[in-house]
Amino acid sequence: MKFKNTHKDSQTTDESIYVNRRKLIKAGIIGSASLLASNSMALSLPKATENSEFLIDELTSEKDATTYNNFYEFGLSKSDPVENAKDFKTEPWTVEVDGLCENKGTFDLEKLISNFSLEERIYRMRCVEAWSMVIPWTGFKLADLIKYCKPLSSAKYVYFETLYDPKQMPGQKGRSIPWPYREGLRMDEAMNELTLMAVGMYGKQLPNQNGAPLRLVTPWKYGFKGIKSIVKIKFLDKQPINSWQAIAPQEYGFYANVNPEVDHPRWSQATERRITGGFSLFNSRIKTQMFNGYSDYVASMYKGMDLTKLY
Amino acid sequence: MLKNITLIKSVVFLLCLVPLGLIVFDGFQSNLTADPIEEILHRTGLWTLRILLITLAMTPLKVMTRSAIFIRIRRMLGLFTFFYASLHLIVYAWLDLGLDFGHLWEDIVDRPYITVGMLAWILMLPMAITSNRAMIRKLGKFWKRLHQAIYLVIGLGCLHFLWLVKSDITEPLIYTGIGLSLLLFRVAHYYHGQRLRNKGSIQ
Repeated sequence: MKFKNTHKDSQTTDESIYVNRRKLIKAGIIGSASLLASNSMALSLPKATENSEFLIDELTSEKDATTYNNFYEFGLSKSDPVENAKDFKTEPWTVEVDGLCENKGTFDLEKLISNFSLEERIYRMRCVEAWSMVIPWTGFKLADLIKYCKPLSSAKYVYFETLYDPKQMPGQKGRSIPWPYREGLRMDEAMNELTLMAVGMYGKQLPNQNGAPLRLVTPWKYGFKGIKSIVKIKFLDKQPINSWQAIAPQEYGFYANVNPEVDHPRWSQATERRITGGFSLFNSRIKTQMFNGYSDYVASMYKGMDLTKLY
Repeated sequence: MLKNITLIKSVVFLLCLVPLGLIVFDGFQSNLTADPIEEILHRTGLWTLRILLITLAMTPLKVMTRSAIFIRIRRMLGLFTFFYASLHLIVYAWLDLGLDFGHLWEDIVDRPYITVGMLAWILMLPMAITSNRAMIRKLGKFWKRLHQAIYLVIGLGCLHFLWLVKSDITEPLIYTGIGLSLLLFRVAHYYHGQRLRNKGSIQ
């Protein structure tokens, strides 16, 4: 399967990707040829002229994606994380695996990663605040990690936790969120081939402000599902309560699937502002796609569910 | 004295243009964050609220200092409030929504924070139109009534801010607190004045 962008808007012609790609091969980081493949695929698509609102899925500039972040552990403003996460220590890093699985324990991240093959994928990222980016991630499939942990058949959910360390994460001294940040996925969502554990972006190591050294990426869900700086993974038989659901259950649910038809109670989710990096003052909103454009990969998991209630 | 007033007015006028100048300056430096429309919306919204609070502080300042200068610059401040509110609205309707009036109408009807924000702007519109001397004379008592809508505007403005933030409502609460104290001052002043008047009539 090619992880190119699946819509007509997928003419990624940014030369920098090729440069990054070369760098990755050089560094021996990249495992699969998905990026190059996706690019040549995208280039062979017919010119997207029909969709007047949305012509090109242009990559977000690296600068924008690494300076405009929601990472409340490092402050509430979007410019805080890049400032406050400068000295965040991500080495050594361990991940605790616990709960309903055979291969429990505390694993050194570097050793853990060496078990899996890394690849680069370009994904859309849609924030619940109605802005979006297009980001090239480097990572491994969560499915691979789950298989490695050997979950019991009773395990129905995967639960994640961010590091809790107020000394390093000044935002945790405030009470904007009941710390540590928590997230969860249903087992089929976690095993879905779109679900990525990212360790890099733009061909480089994941910057601290983007959730180093290990974060979740679920491109068909709102950005807040992408829990950052993960230290704990636990297999559960019951649905966990994720942080935003705990804060405001009437506004944020467990699934958090991108859905233009189910509005946030206070604002519309039908459209989004795409952040590209160029001069964007006159780029008005674009239409948000169901499951952020990834219906082919994920829609079947939610068949028969009332997505207006299970938002 | 007259010279002084002209000078003070000019300084206040220029100061009120500084936030806009900074937006333009930062725009040319590509310094409006990764999401410039959101940033401009946020800044123009904040300055609307700030200048509105400053406008509302003029009467209490006049009462406390007995200096008429605060009343002399009040109209200009009020007009700048309307100016930034209008910029805010234009950026929203034009840059953000791309003049999609269907979407705008839907937002006004469906999103309470936009409903109250729009209402606040609509209430300010007649105030701005009738802010000249001829209108003041023409409308007489009704003019004062009309311009008392500003008390409603500050309430709506604070609600607009409170309802749009995602989690941490500290900042909008601070603005609401300042707004409330400026209104309370007026209530207190009014009753205080009445008591003095009552006393006067008994003696």
